[in-house]
Amino acid sequence: MALAEPSLAIPGLESPRRRSLLASLWANPSGRVGCVLAGIVVLAAISGAVGLTPYPAQSQNPVATLRAPSFAHLLGTDQFGRDMFSLVLQGLYVSLKISCVAVAIAGVLGTLGGIVAGYSGRWVSAVIMRATDMLFAIPAILLALAIVTALGAGWFNSALAIGIGYIPIFVRVVRGPVLALREAGYVRAGRVLGFSPARLLFRHILPNVAGIVAVQTSLALAWAVLAEATLSFLGLGPPAPTASLGEMVYNSTSQSLAATAWWTLAGPSLAVVIAVIGFNFLGDGLRDAIDPRGRTR
Amino acid sequence: MLTNVARRLLNMMVTLLGVSLIVFLVLRLLPGNAVTAQMGVSAGLLSHAQIVALDHYYGVGKPFFEQYGSWLGSLFTGNLGVSLSSRTSVASLIGTALPVTLELAIASLLIGELIGVLFGVFGALRPRHAVDDIGQGVAVIGLGVPSFVIGTALVTVMASVFQYFPSSEGFANLFQDPWLNLQQIFFPALTLGLGIGAAIMRTTRAAMLEVTGLNYARTARGKGLSKRSVTWKHLFLGALVPVTTMSGIQLGYLLGGTVVVEQIFVLPGLGRLLITSINNRDFPVVQSVILIFAAGFVVVNMLTDVLYTVIDPRTRA
Repeated sequence: MALAEPSLAIPGLESPRRRSLLASLWANPSGRVGCVLAGIVVLAAISGAVGLTPYPAQSQNPVATLRAPSFAHLLGTDQFGRDMFSLVLQGLYVSLKISCVAVAIAGVLGTLGGIVAGYSGRWVSAVIMRATDMLFAIPAILLALAIVTALGAGWFNSALAIGIGYIPIFVRVVRGPVLALREAGYVRAGRVLGFSPARLLFRHILPNVAGIVAVQTSLALAWAVLAEATLSFLGLGPPAPTASLGEMVYNSTSQSLAATAWWTLAGPSLAVVIAVIGFNFLGDGLRDAIDPRGRTR
Repeated sequence: MLTNVARRLLNMMVTLLGVSLIVFLVLRLLPGNAVTAQMGVSAGLLSHAQIVALDHYYGVGKPFFEQYGSWLGSLFTGNLGVSLSSRTSVASLIGTALPVTLELAIASLLIGELIGVLFGVFGALRPRHAVDDIGQGVAVIGLGVPSFVIGTALVTVMASVFQYFPSSEGFANLFQDPWLNLQQIFFPALTLGLGIGAAIMRTTRAAMLEVTGLNYARTARGKGLSKRSVTWKHLFLGALVPVTTMSGIQLGYLLGGTVVVEQIFVLPGLGRLLITSINNRDFPVVQSVILIFAAGFVVVNMLTDVLYTVIDPRTRA
């Protein structure tokens, strides 16, 4: 392969390695769908964050309560006359803020734990993996429930609770490849040259698990959005008046609105679904783009 | 084999011990005093001596490890303490709630495996066929639509369109009124089953596709075995290990999911007990329920490990 002369290359037939990650992501069906949906979600969240909504999200309008979707109100209005579309945009912002912080916590701690557990000797590795097993034994959403109960409701506490629940998955996913990389030629060469463990871990091993971490980050985002919505559906999300998608779904049923005013249920549900599917597809697409052999379909 | 099982059991005990410590630690982070908190305003009327007496009765305010130790000790005797809000024993609360959750979990797993395995196998046999497309569609819904959305939508449609809401009559015991009980369990189980079915389907499909090209599968076909025999006895058995792994993993999501679904469908199970207790700040109940969920998950994971040795003789070390 390395011997091939450039002149021998068949025009138009590039080796897949040449393609940038973004291009191969776009060439992949689930990657493309994921890019589009995740892009929409991020844009919607940004417009919710900067207040670029058709109406001020929390402004009530007593004469326009429970209006069906129309051009004036794309997703209708709720029982206080608030514009559902504006509320959903704001809810997406809150949801994404919590999810990103949660995934950052899980990703940094989990990747660190995985690398150290994979690289270091038996004892350190055993301690980390045993602790991971213990954390993993508690279903993540229950752990999140317990932590939020203990710390009290609030956006950062939600993020912390969701993040801690996802740490074990990062540890497990990262540790496997690091175990293999530890014996790779270039890592052994580095060890012989006297590189410090920190340098080996962060300069030589970390870049090689970056792809796996990226895939997991995207999948974790999907899970975090889901978990955040579930927590707030159960009444443990950030307290009102912060808009939250799960709480909007809960309101729609607890006030028996869903049967007559279906849009109060449909709007926030749709937002959660698009976000979850988008990040899941993005993760699948990234996985295929990074490792074409590990294709799932 | 026997030492293997013994080692697993020991591992499991250590894990559960750690879990109990985590649960206990997390709930002790809580500021304030649970006993006076659940009394509301009237707590202000208590004298100092009364507060001390209450704390002593419920065992709060003692040093951390003393509390943990006495909780752990009482766990082994089956005494889980007294609920702060209903003042009945935690064990009896859990005793009535556990069968409901167990039934829900088993029914959901059955539905999930049925959906997952059938669509997965037939999808892998004829990729891009109509059945495969339907399966993929179900998978996207199952993976992407949260159970609280599916559940809420189901309840809304059933109640408003068909005037059908079996849960409104109070929960029926499986052995006393099996027909009503099954109606009450079916829809929540379907809600959860869709979610796990999706993951199981994807795993089944991928694992089946992986083994169809292998030599032993080709040999089986070449021998002239019937299509059904090749599919189920050769391909599906060959794909069973990843499917079992995925089923074990999904059970964790399932246990978490029961919390949400029991809330929506008003089932008096552990999940509903957990949420009620969280809202009442009733920590003896909360920590015991979470521990029971974790114990269930750990035990199932161990059983999954044991199942491997049954499915795949190569793993018998």
